[in-house]
Amino acid sequence: MFTKTEVLELKEFAKKIRIETLREFGSIGSGHIGGSMSIADLLAVLYGKVMKINPQDPQWEDRDWLILSKGHAGPSLYATLALKGFFPKEWLYTLNKGGTRLPSHCNRLLTPGVDMSTGTLGQGISVGLGIAKGLKLNNKNNFVYVIVGDGESQEGQIWESALFGGNAKFDNLIVFVDYNKQQLDGYVDNINPLGNLGKKWEAFGWDVQEIDGHNVEEIYIAIKNAKAVKDKSHIIIMNTIKGKGCNFAEGVELNHHMTFSMEQINSAIKELEKSNI
Amino acid sequence: MPIRSNDLQIDKMEMRNAYIDKLIKLAEKDDKIFVLDADLMHSNNTYKFKERFPDRTINVGIQEANMIGMAAGLSLVGKIPFAHTFTCFAARRDLDQLYLSVAYAELNVKLFATDPGIAATYNGGSHMSFEDIGIMRTIPSMTIVEPVDSTMMESIVEQITYTYGPFYVRLFRKNPVKIYEDGETFKIGKGIILKEGSDVTIISTGIMVAESLKASALLEKDGISARVVNIFTIKPIDKDLIIKCAEETGSIVTAENSNIINGLGSAVAEVLIENKPVPMERIGIQDLFGEVGDMEYLMKRYHLTADDIVESVKKVLIRKKMK
Repeated sequence: MFTKTEVLELKEFAKKIRIETLREFGSIGSGHIGGSMSIADLLAVLYGKVMKINPQDPQWEDRDWLILSKGHAGPSLYATLALKGFFPKEWLYTLNKGGTRLPSHCNRLLTPGVDMSTGTLGQGISVGLGIAKGLKLNNKNNFVYVIVGDGESQEGQIWESALFGGNAKFDNLIVFVDYNKQQLDGYVDNINPLGNLGKKWEAFGWDVQEIDGHNVEEIYIAIKNAKAVKDKSHIIIMNTIKGKGCNFAEGVELNHHMTFSMEQINSAIKELEKSNI
Repeated sequence: MPIRSNDLQIDKMEMRNAYIDKLIKLAEKDDKIFVLDADLMHSNNTYKFKERFPDRTINVGIQEANMIGMAAGLSLVGKIPFAHTFTCFAARRDLDQLYLSVAYAELNVKLFATDPGIAATYNGGSHMSFEDIGIMRTIPSMTIVEPVDSTMMESIVEQITYTYGPFYVRLFRKNPVKIYEDGETFKIGKGIILKEGSDVTIISTGIMVAESLKASALLEKDGISARVVNIFTIKPIDKDLIIKCAEETGSIVTAENSNIINGLGSAVAEVLIENKPVPMERIGIQDLFGEVGDMEYLMKRYHLTADDIVESVKKVLIRKKMK
């Protein structure tokens, strides 16, 4: 189901996403680097292997949907979409510049392939529930994927949608939590800890898996497992490292939003190119 | 001829029924229509839609924010979602979701909010929304309508359904005063001259339309000719009609069941000041919180009666004369 070559290809894709994301940031000198780097492996698996998409027709009716609820990680989604051919790669270097099609937080009206506008946290799962219900009504077997942050999980609306989604049992909905342990002001555990997050979602009636969010094989298998479980909404908690793969951001405190020089970006890219993450 | 007399009758039809019965009729022919409610189905009578179309109805429970997010999702896959709650929750608990997941994302969500302003009566201050119009007005692309009676309600449901974009419908859900004759039709964005007059124009919305007609009759006895206009689309407002009334009558009084800050009066004042400044007075909630009571008590408490309008007209006419 998953050959060694495929694993290597996805790892390579994730690396490219990280490199292009860093180039985007480099073009403006600041940005939400931590949470963009931590979801690169997930995006590689989704767009490289799992999702039904059509870069020539981003609004294709039979596509799978992705809502990046943690909208500030837009830059890594843009890198992914550009690499898949949704729009020219040159767009990446317009990030956050006046008149750009690539704003810091996702905007479905501006960027081909972005399915939903996000940016104020907590709203994505609710929207995903609506899409999931609509797809079922339309007799479509497409999936809707939602990526939320761990800090974002402090929002009340997340738990409204958790309660509803557990009861609604939408098996065409798969939520990912990018559990990178850090939020803007520091470590989640030092601010308002999530406790046993898996147990919480389980108590809300969801099909829960906890995995290494930087292991493309584990991510792929978890999605496959989720799809095999019927009559439950799915959540996959991905243990990740904020800033993963960027030498000046990975594991560093207060890496949610950073300013950096082109030298730092270039050195991070060089190191990434040499590495085998 | 439309009912324009002093003999105002109570509408035989509840507004919530006029609305939901019409929506059910439309939904018979269009399976894109979808209803969401947040545990107020027996207040809003949306349970009637659920009985007819259980697969196309969701009661999320007491989760207004989640409801609006889900409505946005349904819109993304081509549904026409109608979400329902009280005006106080619509304005205070849904704002970010309406702003970001609906309006900013250019999605097609219709929000019907009931019990506007003092219509919350015995639910009191916590439930009394004087701020909702002001909040909704500042969301780009939001259309705001406040239907006056069952005739108008029935007439505009179809336009709301098939005009793409977010709507905020401020709905008095019980039996209002009947203003229009059965079968009359209305166009969203166009105000209605209910009664001609030459000294002053009273521009009103919602429950204040009936009070304005009463005030006009009272003023007639004093030899004052007051035009009465019903502006039911608060955004986008009927600029042309407001300018025309300012030009023809030289003074304006607005009347609304809402905070005068950023409500109908503000919207009218903005048009006047930029186009045809004339003396103007505003009837409405004078930046206060609500409290419990019946409609009659609350109308007096917040100075929303025909007598209050008469007083404001007299005041504005003195200013007009001094000018």
